[in-house]
Amino acid sequence: MVAQLTSSERQYCAVILILMVIVGVAMAALGKSDPLGVHGVIVIVYSGVLLYLVLSAFYGPEPQEDRQASYYDDPIKVGIALSMAWAVFGMFMGVWVASQLAWPNLAFDAAWSTFGRLRPTHTTGVIFGFGGNALIATSFHVVQRTSRARLAGQISPWFVLFGFNLFCLLAVSGYLIGVTQSKEYAEAEWYADLWLVIVWVVYFILYIRTLARRKEPHIYVANWYYLAFILVVAILHIVNNLAIPVSWGHAKSYTIWAGVQDAMVQWWYGHNAVAFFLTSGFLGMLYYYLPVRAGRPIFSYRLSILSFWGITFFYIWVGSHHLHYTALPHWVQNLGMTFSVMLLVPSWASAGNALLTLNGAWHKVRDDATLRFMFVAAVFYGLATFEGSFLAIRPVNSLSHYTDWTIGHVHAGALGWVALITFGSLYTLVPALWKRPAMYSATLVEVHFWLALAGTLIYVFAMWNSGIIQGLMWRTYTEDGTLTYSFVDTLVAMYPYYIARAFGGLLFLLGAIVACYNIWMTARGAPAAAVVGDGPAQSGVAPAPAE
Amino acid sequence: MDVSHDTLVALAKSWGLFYLIAFAVAVVIYAYRPANRARFNAAKKDILEQDDRPWR
Repeated sequence: MVAQLTSSERQYCAVILILMVIVGVAMAALGKSDPLGVHGVIVIVYSGVLLYLVLSAFYGPEPQEDRQASYYDDPIKVGIALSMAWAVFGMFMGVWVASQLAWPNLAFDAAWSTFGRLRPTHTTGVIFGFGGNALIATSFHVVQRTSRARLAGQISPWFVLFGFNLFCLLAVSGYLIGVTQSKEYAEAEWYADLWLVIVWVVYFILYIRTLARRKEPHIYVANWYYLAFILVVAILHIVNNLAIPVSWGHAKSYTIWAGVQDAMVQWWYGHNAVAFFLTSGFLGMLYYYLPVRAGRPIFSYRLSILSFWGITFFYIWVGSHHLHYTALPHWVQNLGMTFSVMLLVPSWASAGNALLTLNGAWHKVRDDATLRFMFVAAVFYGLATFEGSFLAIRPVNSLSHYTDWTIGHVHAGALGWVALITFGSLYTLVPALWKRPAMYSATLVEVHFWLALAGTLIYVFAMWNSGIIQGLMWRTYTEDGTLTYSFVDTLVAMYPYYIARAFGGLLFLLGAIVACYNIWMTARGAPAAAVVGDGPAQSGVAPAPAE
Repeated sequence: MDVSHDTLVALAKSWGLFYLIAFAVAVVIYAYRPANRARFNAAKKDILEQDDRPWR
C-alpha cells in the first residue's frame, strides 16, 4: 500500500490523517457522553490505525519503477477485500433480523439488538458496505482499462476508499447506539453525511480527471453509468440530508424539509438510491465484465446509449410511487406511476442487450459459473424491473404496499441482480488483478452459484406468498363490514414464510463465505505470470473460462 | 421568489413534456448518426483487447 507512494505523498497522507485525528478529538470533546463523542473516539482510532500504517512504512524505499507505465491496482484489491468483509457482515445481520421476525427472542432483550436498530445495519452493510465498495473497486478498474490510463492520483483513491468505509463504520456503529435520522437508506446523522460529501466530491474529481487522461478517443458506455452513479448519488445525498443539528455537540439533527415535502424528498432520494446506487453503477459492471468474460462485444452499443439516457431521465421521476394514497398531490403520484411504467422500456433494453450478447455463447454460460452469475443477474434484472413497474401502478400498490411483497421485490433486485452481477464481476476481476490464470477453485464458484440462486429463489418466493397473503388478509371484510382478520392472525399466517426467508438468506450468506475463501486462496496462490502486485504482466483481464 | 403550486404544475405539464421529447430526439440522433458508427464499433471491440498496460 504505502510502498507505492513517494516520500512527499507519504507526508501528505500523514498530514491528512493527523487532521482527521484532530477532527476526531474535536468530536469527542464537543460530544462528551453524547453518541457524537463515541463517534469521535471511533474517528480517532480509525485514523490512528491508518496513520500507524503510513508511519511504519514512512522511511521505506520509494517506488523505483515508472508508475505511469502500469495501472494502479492496489486500491482495487483492498476495495474487493473490504467489499467481501462487508458482504459477510451485512448478510449475517440480514439473516439475524430475518430470524428475529420468526423467533422474536433472538433480540435477547437488549436495546442495541432490537429489530429497529439491527435492520439498518443490514441495509447499510449490504448496500453501502458490500455494494459501495464493489462499485468503487470495479469503477477504478473499469475506468483505467477502458481509458487506457492510470488513475489520476496516488492518494485520492485511498482517500475515497478509506473515507467511504469510515462513513459506513460511523453509520453502522451509530445505529447500534440509537443514532438515526429515520430516513430509509439515509439513516446516518449530519456529521457522517458531511464527511461523505467530502469523500464523494474527491471520488467525482478523481473519476473525471482519469477520464480526461484517457488515450481512447471514445468514453466507453460503462463509464457513463459509473459517472451517473457518482454524480447523481452526490446530488441525492446532499438534498435529502439537508438538516440542522441540535448543536455542535449533539449527534441529533432535524431535517429542513417538513411534512409531505420531507416524504417526497426522502423517496425521491430512496428510489434513486435504487436507481443510481443499485442499478446504474452495476450496469456499468454488466457492460464491461459481461462482454469481457463472454469474449464477445456487447450486442448493440447504440441500444446501450439509448437505454442509458432512458434510465437516467426516467428514474429520477419515479420516487413518488412510494407515496401512493398519501397526502402527496394526486398528479405527483400519477407522474411517478407513469414514469415507472415507461421505465420498463430502457430497463428491458439493457437486460435484452445483455442476454443477446450471450446469444451464440450459450455453451460458455453452461460451462462457466462466472458467466452464469452474470446471465442470471441479467434475467433477474429484467424480472425485478418488470415487477417494479407493475407494483408502481396505484391499484396494484394498494394490495402490495406495506406488505412483504415489497421486501420480495427489493430482494429479487438486490440478491438476484445486484449481488449476482457483483459476484460474476469479482470472479472475472480477481484472477486478472492478482495475475492468476483462473479462480483458485472453479468448483467453489459453482457451489457459490447454486447456493446463491437457491437462496434467492427461496427468499423471493417466500416473500411473494407472504406478501400477497398479508395484503389479502388486511383487506378481507366480513358481511358486517368489519375486518375478518386481526393483525396477529396475519402474523401467524406469515410464520412459515419467515422461516423460509431466513433459510434462503442463510444459503445466500453461506455462498458469500465460500466466495471469500475462494478469493482469498486465489489472491495468495502461486502467480501465473510471476509478477505480483502492480507491475505489468502479460495476461489480460479475461482468463479463459473454465471449459 | 415565490413559485405557486399552480405555476409548478403548469410548468411540469408543458415544458416537462417538451424538454424530455427534445432530449429523446437528441439522444436518438446521437446514437444513430452514421458518423458515429465507426467510433461506437471500435469502442465495443476495444475493451476485449487485453494489453493490461496504460497507453503512452
